[in-house]
Amino acid sequence: MSATTQAGLADALLDEGVARIVEAVQRDATMAMAVVSAAHARIATREADAPGLNAVVATDWPHTQRATTDRIAEQQHHGTGALDGALAGVPVLIKDNIATLGLPTTCASRILSGYVSPFEATAVRRLVEAGAVVLGKTNMDEFAMGSSTEHSAFGPTRNPHDRSRVPGGSSGGSAAAVAAGVTPVALGSETGGSVRQPAAFCGVVGVKPTYGRVSRYGLVAYASSLDHIGVFGRSVNDAARVLEVIAGADSRDATAAAQPVPAFQHAVTGSLAGVVIGKPVEYFPDNLDPQIRARCEAALSQLAALGAEIREVSLPHTALAIPVYYIVAPAEASSNLARFDGVRFGQRQPGAGLREMYEATRSTGFGAEVQRRILLGTYVLSAGYYDAYYRRAQAVRQRITEDFATVFASGVHLLFTPTTPTTAFPIGAVTDPYEMYLSDIFTVTANLAGIPAMSLPIGRVDGLPVGGQLLAAHFDEATMLRVAAELEAALGAEAHQ
Amino acid sequence: MAIAPEDIRHLAALARLGVDDAQLPALVAELNGILGHMDVLAQVPLRDEESMAPDRGAMPLRDDRPSADPLHRERDAFAPAMRDGFFLVPRLATHGAAGATADDEEHSA
Repeated sequence: MSATTQAGLADALLDEGVARIVEAVQRDATMAMAVVSAAHARIATREADAPGLNAVVATDWPHTQRATTDRIAEQQHHGTGALDGALAGVPVLIKDNIATLGLPTTCASRILSGYVSPFEATAVRRLVEAGAVVLGKTNMDEFAMGSSTEHSAFGPTRNPHDRSRVPGGSSGGSAAAVAAGVTPVALGSETGGSVRQPAAFCGVVGVKPTYGRVSRYGLVAYASSLDHIGVFGRSVNDAARVLEVIAGADSRDATAAAQPVPAFQHAVTGSLAGVVIGKPVEYFPDNLDPQIRARCEAALSQLAALGAEIREVSLPHTALAIPVYYIVAPAEASSNLARFDGVRFGQRQPGAGLREMYEATRSTGFGAEVQRRILLGTYVLSAGYYDAYYRRAQAVRQRITEDFATVFASGVHLLFTPTTPTTAFPIGAVTDPYEMYLSDIFTVTANLAGIPAMSLPIGRVDGLPVGGQLLAAHFDEATMLRVAAELEAALGAEAHQ
Repeated sequence: MAIAPEDIRHLAALARLGVDDAQLPALVAELNGILGHMDVLAQVPLRDEESMAPDRGAMPLRDDRPSADPLHRERDAFAPAMRDGFFLVPRLATHGAAGATADDEEHSA
């Protein structure tokens, strides 16, 4: 095969998904370099159309080439001539708050500018061991605090469907890169919806597993009781395959659960007979955008046509989720981000004394939204307000968790809702912090309860993608991904129209 | 429970953030705006077990006192020598003359 022919095939494979790439690379190991080169070239081409996407913020192409070449040589040395692994030769992008070797991990913050981790996240290590090739790091809201990827030291990421609009956040770089076809899959992180919301805005699949399903070793902590690593994919099965690789117990993360990891990929059968899907009334309020409602109703009709029973249910504490989240998350952030002080971590700024050095370092290094959340978190944990805010929020968080447990105990297998109340909004359009927080109104509940949830494309409104959300009981990602794969197949091209 | 400018200064000191006076009006407005939405939680009736006073002995809370140096003993009590708030330590063999001591004028801070 000529080099030109191979390059053309490799470029086409990027659009055909993970399974086709792995098949090709397992037949011919040299295809791995061709696929990775094609993905690297796409980073540049997606930036070439002004304004650029600004989705990928760090690459080290010579290192990536070397790693790929070494891997191919190693396999050939063993006489196989083909790369092994569930993700052999698959280029992946990693959110900038997940530790990687050889590439900066800055959380899109000035305070960590140039920081290169001496270790890599367990999720990244598992990707590499499965044959994936880390191509670069993706843009995000600073320290994962945001819903639009506008709060980044690298500047905003743009939505590939309309570059005047946000891609969502905080994992907006990963979502935009996958939507733009740079890589078929990418890692993101979630604390309140930061995978599902950008997945919805960018028209790709975004999966947040159960709390504890994926090790967080190497994920820079924002709010430890809410943080998850999640997956973006162009298709449900692409995301499922990555989740299979990165899930499972990890001795380096005590919160990583020892639950067995079942198969998450699903061969579509065209039937959902026996599956009961709840439609929570609180997620379909009277003021829900009628076009988003119509898309959700169409998806529910498809699920019913596949044989699922649709049952109306209630999660009565849903309206309290945003206030609870924006007390618990900043409280934990105010503690977790104390380590960025110019001594333990962070670019030090000079000061007349120790206190002045701390203050100069943190005030210069953190952006406005991060400082706002640290102040908010410090307030709700301080004397006189701890009981009124933090303790009460924890009690209501328990009610939200119980709402889900009650519904799932009643025979409902899954819930279906819109992922977001709107489509992607214009860059700079949302300036009120609380209005921005409301973008997560349908997603924060799953983080508070720790249940798995995902978004998949279910159509478009005025040319912009709309996401449908599936939520499942703890550790039942398999049912969630099965139903998602069936819905994806049933919707077909309609999911992107 | 409205936040006032002096509250922001106190919170910033606790959080080791330097806040300029010019930033105070915006921060006061933003935080009060956000906290106004949190007040809905006060209307949720708590169950008996949730209303009980927390066991402070199980998780002691420290005072809200800004401190750049939360040490049990003053630094001077265990520092070999200090200058301008920094420890003076022997220069590393790889960075200066071997055998230097904390009393040596050439020591780096």
